[in-house]
Amino acid sequence: MRPIANTRSAAGIPTGRLAVWWVLASEIVIFGGILASYIMNRLSHDWWADYAANTSTPIGAFNTFVLLTSSLSAVLAHAAAERGDGKLAARRLLYTIAGGGVFLCVKAYEWTMEISHGFTISANGFWSFYYTAAGVHASHVIAGMILMAFVARDAAKNAELHRVELVGIYWHFVDVVWIFLFPLLYIAK
Amino acid sequence: MADHAHEEHSEQHYIRIWAILLALLVVSILGPMLEIQAVTLVTAFGIALVKAYLVVKHFMHLNVQPQYVTYLLATALVFMLLLFAGTAPDVMKWEGQHWSKPANERPASDAGGSHH
Repeated sequence: MRPIANTRSAAGIPTGRLAVWWVLASEIVIFGGILASYIMNRLSHDWWADYAANTSTPIGAFNTFVLLTSSLSAVLAHAAAERGDGKLAARRLLYTIAGGGVFLCVKAYEWTMEISHGFTISANGFWSFYYTAAGVHASHVIAGMILMAFVARDAAKNAELHRVELVGIYWHFVDVVWIFLFPLLYIAK
Repeated sequence: MADHAHEEHSEQHYIRIWAILLALLVVSILGPMLEIQAVTLVTAFGIALVKAYLVVKHFMHLNVQPQYVTYLLATALVFMLLLFAGTAPDVMKWEGQHWSKPANERPASDAGGSHH
Protein backbone atom coordinates (compact mmCIF):
# COMPACT_ATOMS: atom_id res chain seq x y z
CA MET A 1 0.00 0.00 0.00
CA ARG A 2 1.39 3.39 -0.98
CA PRO A 3 0.79 6.65 0.85
CA ILE A 4 -1.41 8.76 -1.39
CA ALA A 5 -0.95 12.31 -0.20
CA ASN A 6 2.76 12.93 -0.33
CA THR A 7 3.65 12.83 -4.02
CA ARG A 8 0.69 14.57 -5.62
CA SER A 9 0.75 18.30 -6.11
CA ALA A 10 -2.13 20.57 -5.28
CA ALA A 11 -0.14 23.72 -4.58
CA GLY A 12 2.61 23.85 -7.19
CA ILE A 13 4.97 21.60 -5.24
CA PRO A 14 4.62 18.01 -4.01
CA THR A 15 2.30 17.93 -1.00
CA GLY A 16 4.88 16.12 1.12
CA ARG A 17 7.40 18.93 0.59
CA LEU A 18 4.76 21.56 1.34
CA ALA A 19 4.03 19.71 4.60
CA VAL A 20 7.71 19.91 5.55
CA TRP A 21 7.73 23.67 4.93
CA TRP A 22 4.64 23.99 7.14
CA VAL A 23 6.40 22.06 9.89
CA LEU A 24 9.40 24.36 9.57
CA ALA A 25 7.18 27.46 9.77
CA SER A 26 5.87 26.19 13.12
CA GLU A 27 9.42 25.33 14.19
CA ILE A 28 10.46 28.91 13.46
CA VAL A 29 7.93 30.04 16.04
CA ILE A 30 9.11 27.42 18.58
CA PHE A 31 12.84 28.15 18.25
CA GLY A 32 12.22 31.82 17.49
CA GLY A 33 10.29 32.13 20.76
CA ILE A 34 13.13 30.56 22.73
CA LEU A 35 15.82 32.63 21.02
CA ALA A 36 13.86 35.89 21.24
CA SER A 37 13.21 35.31 24.96
CA TYR A 38 16.89 34.53 25.49
CA ILE A 39 18.04 37.63 23.60
CA MET A 40 15.76 40.01 25.53
CA ASN A 41 16.91 38.51 28.84
CA ARG A 42 20.57 38.48 27.82
CA LEU A 43 20.42 42.15 26.80
CA SER A 44 18.85 43.16 30.09
CA HIS A 45 21.18 41.08 32.30
CA ASP A 46 24.75 42.24 31.56
CA TRP A 47 26.19 39.85 34.10
CA TRP A 48 25.00 36.84 32.10
CA ALA A 49 28.19 37.43 30.10
CA ASP A 50 30.07 36.05 33.14
CA TYR A 51 27.99 32.87 33.04
CA ALA A 52 28.35 32.58 29.26
CA ALA A 53 32.13 32.73 29.73
CA ASN A 54 31.89 29.19 31.15
CA THR A 55 30.66 27.63 27.89
CA SER A 56 33.35 26.01 25.75
CA THR A 57 33.86 27.76 22.39
CA PRO A 58 36.06 24.94 20.96
CA ILE A 59 33.36 22.34 21.75
CA GLY A 60 30.61 24.54 20.28
CA ALA A 61 32.75 25.22 17.19
CA PHE A 62 33.49 21.52 16.72
CA ASN A 63 29.79 20.69 16.90
CA THR A 64 29.06 23.45 14.37
CA PHE A 65 31.61 21.84 12.05
CA VAL A 66 29.94 18.43 12.58
CA LEU A 67 26.44 19.74 11.81
CA LEU A 68 27.56 21.71 8.73
CA THR A 69 29.29 18.58 7.44
CA SER A 70 26.25 16.41 8.14
CA SER A 71 24.18 18.91 6.14
CA LEU A 72 26.62 18.47 3.25
CA SER A 73 26.11 14.69 3.25
CA ALA A 74 22.32 15.23 3.46
CA VAL A 75 22.30 17.45 0.37
CA LEU A 76 24.65 15.05 -1.43
CA ALA A 77 22.17 12.27 -0.58
CA HIS A 78 19.47 14.39 -2.21
CA ALA A 79 21.66 14.79 -5.31
CA ALA A 80 22.14 11.00 -5.47
CA ALA A 81 18.39 10.41 -5.03
CA GLU A 82 17.61 12.84 -7.83
CA ARG A 83 19.59 10.74 -10.28
CA GLY A 84 17.92 7.58 -8.99
CA ASP A 85 20.90 6.16 -7.08
CA GLY A 86 19.04 5.00 -3.97
CA LYS A 87 21.93 2.99 -2.54
CA LEU A 88 24.31 5.95 -2.61
CA ALA A 89 21.59 8.22 -1.20
CA ALA A 90 21.04 5.77 1.67
CA ARG A 91 24.78 5.58 2.40
CA ARG A 92 25.05 9.36 2.48
CA LEU A 93 22.04 9.57 4.80
CA LEU A 94 23.82 7.14 7.10
CA TYR A 95 26.82 9.52 7.14
CA THR A 96 24.41 12.27 8.19
CA ILE A 97 22.99 10.08 10.95
CA ALA A 98 26.55 9.39 12.10
CA GLY A 99 27.15 13.15 12.17
CA GLY A 100 24.10 13.55 14.39
CA GLY A 101 25.49 10.80 16.64
CA VAL A 102 28.84 12.56 16.99
CA PHE A 103 27.03 15.82 17.75
CA LEU A 104 25.02 14.18 20.54
CA CYS A 105 28.06 12.41 22.04
CA VAL A 106 29.98 15.69 22.16
CA LYS A 107 26.94 17.37 23.72
CA ALA A 108 26.64 14.63 26.34
CA TYR A 109 30.33 15.08 27.25
CA GLU A 110 29.92 18.86 27.35
CA TRP A 111 26.82 18.76 29.58
CA THR A 112 28.43 16.24 31.90
CA MET A 113 31.40 18.57 32.39
CA GLU A 114 29.17 21.58 32.98
CA ILE A 115 26.79 19.84 35.38
CA SER A 116 29.74 18.44 37.34
CA HIS A 117 30.94 22.05 37.77
CA GLY A 118 27.55 22.99 39.25
CA PHE A 119 26.16 24.64 36.11
CA THR A 120 22.78 22.93 36.25
CA ILE A 121 19.53 23.96 34.59
CA SER A 122 18.38 25.62 37.81
CA ALA A 123 21.66 27.46 38.56
CA ASN A 124 20.40 30.74 37.08
CA GLY A 125 18.52 32.22 34.12
CA PHE A 126 21.40 31.85 31.69
CA TRP A 127 21.88 28.15 32.32
CA SER A 128 18.11 27.58 32.18
CA PHE A 129 18.05 29.05 28.68
CA TYR A 130 21.26 27.23 27.75
CA TYR A 131 19.89 23.77 28.57
CA THR A 132 16.40 24.52 27.25
CA ALA A 133 17.55 25.87 23.88
CA ALA A 134 20.27 23.27 23.33
CA GLY A 135 18.01 20.51 24.70
CA VAL A 136 15.09 21.31 22.40
CA HIS A 137 17.59 21.48 19.54
CA ALA A 138 19.17 18.13 20.50
CA SER A 139 15.71 16.51 20.60
CA HIS A 140 15.25 17.67 17.00
CA VAL A 141 18.60 16.12 16.10
CA ILE A 142 17.43 12.80 17.60
CA ALA A 143 14.08 13.01 15.75
CA GLY A 144 15.93 13.74 12.48
CA MET A 145 18.24 10.76 12.95
CA ILE A 146 15.28 8.41 13.51
CA LEU A 147 13.37 9.79 10.50
CA MET A 148 16.48 9.54 8.35
CA ALA A 149 17.00 5.89 9.31
CA PHE A 150 13.53 5.03 7.97
CA VAL A 151 14.07 7.07 4.80
CA ALA A 152 17.50 5.46 4.24
CA ARG A 153 16.04 1.97 4.67
CA ASP A 154 13.56 2.62 1.84
CA ALA A 155 16.05 4.53 -0.29
CA ALA A 156 18.46 1.58 -0.22
CA LYS A 157 15.71 -0.36 -2.04
CA ASN A 158 15.23 2.55 -4.47
CA ALA A 159 11.81 3.24 -2.93
CA GLU A 160 10.30 6.59 -1.93
CA LEU A 161 13.38 8.51 -3.06
CA HIS A 162 11.55 11.86 -2.90
CA ARG A 163 11.64 11.52 0.91
CA VAL A 164 15.43 11.94 0.84
CA GLU A 165 14.94 15.57 -0.07
CA LEU A 166 12.16 16.05 2.50
CA VAL A 167 14.15 14.74 5.45
CA GLY A 168 17.13 16.74 4.17
CA ILE A 169 15.17 20.01 4.27
CA TYR A 170 14.28 19.27 7.90
CA TRP A 171 17.91 18.47 8.76
CA HIS A 172 19.19 21.69 7.18
CA PHE A 173 16.70 23.63 9.28
CA VAL A 174 18.06 22.00 12.45
CA ASP A 175 21.50 23.07 11.18
CA VAL A 176 20.29 26.67 10.70
CA VAL A 177 18.97 26.77 14.27
CA TRP A 178 22.40 25.71 15.54
CA ILE A 179 24.04 28.37 13.36
CA PHE A 180 22.21 30.93 15.53
CA LEU A 181 22.59 29.08 18.84
CA PHE A 182 26.37 28.91 18.42
CA PRO A 183 27.09 32.67 18.53
CA LEU A 184 24.35 33.28 21.12
CA LEU A 185 25.56 30.68 23.63
CA TYR A 186 29.27 30.28 22.84
CA ILE A 187 30.63 33.43 21.19
CA ALA A 188 28.91 36.41 22.82
CA LYS A 189 30.73 36.52 26.16
CA MET B 1 26.61 12.24 -20.48
CA ALA B 2 25.70 15.88 -20.32
CA ASP B 3 23.42 15.10 -17.39
CA HIS B 4 26.24 13.32 -15.64
CA ALA B 5 28.51 16.32 -16.08
CA HIS B 6 25.75 18.55 -14.71
CA GLU B 7 25.32 16.34 -11.63
CA GLU B 8 29.03 16.30 -10.96
CA HIS B 9 29.02 20.04 -11.17
CA SER B 10 26.15 20.29 -8.73
CA GLU B 11 27.89 18.03 -6.19
CA GLN B 12 31.00 20.18 -6.51
CA HIS B 13 28.80 23.19 -5.98
CA TYR B 14 27.52 21.76 -2.67
CA ILE B 15 31.06 20.99 -1.53
CA ARG B 16 32.11 24.55 -2.41
CA ILE B 17 29.24 25.98 -0.34
CA TRP B 18 30.27 23.71 2.56
CA ALA B 19 33.87 25.00 2.30
CA ILE B 20 32.60 28.60 2.39
CA LEU B 21 30.49 27.76 5.47
CA LEU B 22 33.56 26.35 7.24
CA ALA B 23 35.62 29.43 6.33
CA LEU B 24 32.86 31.63 7.78
CA LEU B 25 32.83 29.48 10.91
CA VAL B 26 36.57 30.13 11.39
CA VAL B 27 36.05 33.89 10.97
CA SER B 28 33.19 33.86 13.50
CA ILE B 29 35.52 32.22 16.04
CA LEU B 30 38.53 34.47 15.36
CA GLY B 31 36.57 37.76 15.21
CA PRO B 32 35.66 37.95 18.91
CA MET B 33 39.30 37.29 19.86
CA LEU B 34 40.04 40.90 18.86
CA GLU B 35 37.75 41.88 21.76
CA ILE B 36 36.23 44.80 19.87
CA GLN B 37 32.47 44.77 20.45
CA ALA B 38 31.50 45.93 16.96
CA VAL B 39 33.74 43.29 15.36
CA THR B 40 32.28 40.60 17.65
CA LEU B 41 28.72 41.56 16.69
CA VAL B 42 29.49 41.53 12.97
CA THR B 43 31.57 38.35 12.98
CA ALA B 44 29.29 36.41 15.33
CA PHE B 45 25.79 37.45 14.31
CA GLY B 46 26.39 38.97 10.85
CA ILE B 47 28.18 35.81 9.79
CA ALA B 48 25.43 33.63 11.32
CA LEU B 49 22.95 35.41 9.02
CA VAL B 50 25.19 34.80 5.99
CA LYS B 51 25.66 31.13 6.91
CA ALA B 52 21.91 30.66 7.40
CA TYR B 53 21.27 32.34 4.03
CA LEU B 54 23.74 30.02 2.28
CA VAL B 55 22.19 26.88 3.85
CA VAL B 56 18.60 27.99 3.12
CA LYS B 57 19.38 28.92 -0.48
CA HIS B 58 21.84 26.25 -1.57
CA PHE B 59 20.98 23.24 0.62
CA MET B 60 17.23 23.75 1.24
CA HIS B 61 16.70 25.27 -2.22
CA LEU B 62 14.16 27.76 -0.93
CA ASN B 63 14.89 30.01 -3.92
CA VAL B 64 13.41 27.46 -6.37
CA GLN B 65 10.22 26.87 -4.35
CA PRO B 66 7.05 28.81 -5.21
CA GLN B 67 7.16 32.32 -3.78
CA TYR B 68 4.41 31.59 -1.26
CA VAL B 69 6.71 29.20 0.65
CA THR B 70 9.00 32.15 1.42
CA TYR B 71 5.96 34.16 2.53
CA LEU B 72 4.88 31.25 4.73
CA LEU B 73 8.24 31.21 6.53
CA ALA B 74 8.39 35.01 6.65
CA THR B 75 4.98 35.09 8.34
CA ALA B 76 6.31 32.81 11.08
CA LEU B 77 9.32 35.13 11.50
CA VAL B 78 7.00 38.14 11.79
CA PHE B 79 5.09 36.37 14.59
CA MET B 80 8.40 35.81 16.35
CA LEU B 81 9.19 39.52 16.08
CA LEU B 82 5.71 40.34 17.38
CA LEU B 83 6.38 38.14 20.40
CA PHE B 84 9.66 39.98 20.96
CA ALA B 85 8.11 43.43 20.57
CA GLY B 86 5.18 42.55 22.84
CA THR B 87 7.17 41.09 25.71
CA ALA B 88 10.61 42.75 25.52
CA PRO B 89 9.58 45.99 27.30
CA ASP B 90 8.40 43.96 30.29
CA VAL B 91 11.63 42.00 30.45
CA MET B 92 14.14 44.65 29.47
CA LYS B 93 12.87 47.67 31.40
CA TRP B 94 12.83 48.00 35.16
CA GLU B 95 10.32 50.80 35.29
CA GLY B 96 7.96 52.76 33.06
CA GLN B 97 5.69 55.76 33.26
CA HIS B 98 3.22 54.25 35.73
CA TRP B 99 4.94 51.10 36.92
CA SER B 100 8.16 49.73 38.35
CA LYS B 101 9.25 46.21 39.09
CA PRO B 102 9.37 44.99 42.68
CA ALA B 103 12.82 45.05 44.24
CA ASN B 104 13.11 41.26 44.17
CA GLU B 105 12.91 41.29 40.36
CA ARG B 106 15.66 43.83 39.96
CA PRO B 107 19.16 43.03 38.72
CA ALA B 108 20.89 42.79 42.08
CA SER B 109 18.77 39.87 43.30
CA ASP B 110 19.37 37.81 40.18
CA ALA B 111 23.11 37.91 40.67
CA GLY B 112 22.91 36.24 44.06
CA GLY B 113 23.69 32.56 44.45
CA SER B 114 24.50 32.08 40.81
CA HIS B 115 28.27 32.10 40.66
CA HIS B 116 29.91 28.74 40.90
